[in-house]
Amino acid sequence: MQNRQGASIFQPYSDLKKLFRKDELISHDASWIFKFMPYILFSTTLLIGFALPLITTGIRNGFFGDFLVIIYLIALGTFFLALAGIDAGSAFGGFGSSREMTLSALAEAGLIFSMLTLSILAHSTNLADIVHSVVSLPLTSLLPVLLAFIGFFVILLFETGRFPFDNPATHLELTMIHEAMILEYSGKRLALIEWAAANKLLIFMAIGANLFFPWGIASNLSLNAILIALGAFLVKVLILSAGIAILESSIAKYRFFRLPDLLLTSFILSMIAIGLIF
Amino acid sequence: MNFAQNTFLIALLLFPAGAITSIAFNKNERLANFTGSLFAVLGSISGIVSAISILFYQGTFSVNMPSTFPILSFALKMDSLSAFFVLVISTIALLASTYGYGYAKHYFGKYNLGNLGFFYNLFIAGMILVVTANNALLFLIVWEIMSLASYFLVIFEKNEKKNIKAGSLYFYMTHAGTAFIILAFLLLYRSTGSLDFEVIRNSINLISPITRDAVFILALIGFGTKAGIIPFHIWLPSAHPAAPSHVSALMSGVMIKTGIFMMIRIFLDIFPGGPIWWGITILIIGAISSILGVLYALAEHDIKKLLAYHSIENIGIILLGLGSALTFNSLGLHSFAILSIVAALFHTLNHAVFKALLFMGAGSVISKTHTKNIEEYGGIIKYMPYTALFFLIGSLAISAIPPFNGFASEWITFQSLFAGIRSVGSVAEWAFMIAAGSLALTGGLACACFVKVFGITFLARPRRENIKQITESSFSLVFSMAILALLTLILGVFSGSVSATLSRIANSVMAFRGEVVISNVHTSAIRTGDGFASVSLPSIFLIFGILLALTFIIFKFIPKKQRERKVITWDCGTNLGPRMEITATGFSRSIITIFADILKPSKEVKTTFHEENSNYFPKANTVNLGTAEIYRSYIYEPLHKLMTKISSYAGIWQNGNVNAYILYIFIILIILLIVGAVK
Repeated sequence: MQNRQGASIFQPYSDLKKLFRKDELISHDASWIFKFMPYILFSTTLLIGFALPLITTGIRNGFFGDFLVIIYLIALGTFFLALAGIDAGSAFGGFGSSREMTLSALAEAGLIFSMLTLSILAHSTNLADIVHSVVSLPLTSLLPVLLAFIGFFVILLFETGRFPFDNPATHLELTMIHEAMILEYSGKRLALIEWAAANKLLIFMAIGANLFFPWGIASNLSLNAILIALGAFLVKVLILSAGIAILESSIAKYRFFRLPDLLLTSFILSMIAIGLIF
Repeated sequence: MNFAQNTFLIALLLFPAGAITSIAFNKNERLANFTGSLFAVLGSISGIVSAISILFYQGTFSVNMPSTFPILSFALKMDSLSAFFVLVISTIALLASTYGYGYAKHYFGKYNLGNLGFFYNLFIAGMILVVTANNALLFLIVWEIMSLASYFLVIFEKNEKKNIKAGSLYFYMTHAGTAFIILAFLLLYRSTGSLDFEVIRNSINLISPITRDAVFILALIGFGTKAGIIPFHIWLPSAHPAAPSHVSALMSGVMIKTGIFMMIRIFLDIFPGGPIWWGITILIIGAISSILGVLYALAEHDIKKLLAYHSIENIGIILLGLGSALTFNSLGLHSFAILSIVAALFHTLNHAVFKALLFMGAGSVISKTHTKNIEEYGGIIKYMPYTALFFLIGSLAISAIPPFNGFASEWITFQSLFAGIRSVGSVAEWAFMIAAGSLALTGGLACACFVKVFGITFLARPRRENIKQITESSFSLVFSMAILALLTLILGVFSGSVSATLSRIANSVMAFRGEVVISNVHTSAIRTGDGFASVSLPSIFLIFGILLALTFIIFKFIPKKQRERKVITWDCGTNLGPRMEITATGFSRSIITIFADILKPSKEVKTTFHEENSNYFPKANTVNLGTAEIYRSYIYEPLHKLMTKISSYAGIWQNGNVNAYILYIFIILIILLIVGAVK
């Protein structure tokens, strides 16, 4: 569609390898928050990984596998990310933080309600239990799941910084949201932040694939089931990634003040989905 | 006479002792400050001891001294619910007093510290009596003591005209609220013949449903004025910033909760079962208060006013829990009702802790920079690192970030609202959905607001030169903030145990007598009764700590030695100055634009020109950005005009002419004689 030859699909790994080798430049104005934020952000993505059923529900995290905990752990990472954007004292970081927090406030309702739809259908807020239940839902319950998925997909696009919310490849600072907050970072810390962003994309795609369309996921730890589940997971993530890529190639990034309408639409879709359950 | 009763009465003696010694020594500032704070600390400790012994060791205590004169009958009762509130009040009072000891030092030479000590001790004594009074008349007396003492504290810095105006508004609003409360108590007296709460509780079947509903509405307005629900909140954003910071911490953290306490007492304890519309009304009020509170907070740049608006938001969240409890109670879903009341009580405790922490941090910064405007802060983290750290912890707690305490209580509130969505019928279900949506939106907006406040205040570069000379606050201030910050973490991590204790307290409330305890203490997890949800905050805290440490160690030391060089922030080739950073106005402008219909922002530009008559060469531009005061213009101003108009009609009769008055007396006398004769 754009008639260009893209980079190899392993380019992000080469980028990380390059960044880990480089020196870092830290601003005089930055405080310990700037220096610590990448570790906090990365650890939150690892912590969420402990609670997410990726390929099997045989391991059930009863301690923090609750969907509200996941959402608020993401908020923890975003909080520190926004603070780090303000910390270096550059104008770009400041307005990047402002935009991120504005949209994040509006997106939270949509995210909570889309996952709430599934919880109500599954009679539990635990992610593994939701996966278990959605597999065996009757056909009449699929419409709420589909509506909730569309709402969830919009939030996925926002939280991972994709079109139409944010252009991950832009070099124009005035159009950035996520990139603007990390503009002052370099070297190892930047590598950690990029890695955390990639983790976040995987987390959201895993939630979208496994919670809303859980067919193929293993319910125990036997080798056969796990291999099948791994294959199914790869296929689902591939379809989701292809969907995001097609979307990115066909539409333009929206003007900032059109985005709240999109987030509100996601929230309303999930509300309708819940209303349909009863 | 048991231990709890003794210690409580000792507390009731210590506070007046502190008040009197403070006033007695008012010529010697240091001594007045010291005795005032010392007795407040000792009184708070006795209060804490008494409350803990009731909560964990004994049942209740009652002190009853009836007499033939109603005004002299003295009835106090501390059951689990009162004990919980006494514990919250005393804990925050203890830490506010230690903070106040250091903070008041910057009033030396300017204001009379004897007055501060006097009214401060009376204020705390009034608050703990309000939650233990068992007789309506005693209640009104101590309620008035609490309000008057806080009024004098609000106008303590009386050289600023703004503070006097704020105090007057507070005075009028609190007395208007008290009028509604008096009316509610009079209705109860008329139906049951007694002012004693015990008697009223036992004769509940003498009250007709219409009286009951009238009492509900009057109590909601009266106690809602004290709690600060929208639209009765207009006194809060002016009064809380005007008071000294430790008093603001007390007012915002605990005084407004006394309104919530009485609401729980009347709607769930004295009236064990109300109709469903009570709960739904409170749910809607809570939803509106929380969203509007946080939106107004986002538009503010006065740090204390902003924190005051956040108190309104959190009262809204507490009311969401209370409203759910009332709704579930009237539908007979008692286990969910207990879950909701636990959410409301837990959030009361948590808000008291983190709001006091935030006000103390703000006071610490204000006392060094001598300004409340966050646009004049910046980079303070380098000069006041401890204040910054504790303020950060307070910000994380209020934004409901795990593993701090705000997250635990918001989680439970969410679960109770989700329970409502799952289990109730049509109309109520939509009320719960709106409430859950508003809670989600509020949580996100609070996060945004505190990123703004903390970021603009403490991070980046100083926006004024005087910031570079400031130093960290004294030990008593930092110590109080440290204890509160530790408390937010402890209450968060051990939220399982706390919620188990709170469900025991909820059991003691009349409506839920004999219901099942809902939480499981073994795994320190909070678990809802029907297994819908559970979360274990200690595990989050532990595993997150381990992961953070591992990540830090691996990525700091494993790769080859890279250098970290210090450079200036990327400045695009210009000179970096304070104007290059994001401003508070700029940060919140997006949200204000999105919610422009609610906030009604206004922009006024005034230009002065170099030459008088020619408008070609501007000299200076002043831009005034504001939000519309819709409550004043749509509710209070019309009410004021109506009152004035009615008074002016009354002026036709009350014309000051003594002869007219004698004529009125004569006419009435003739009428009475005729009526008497006809009978």
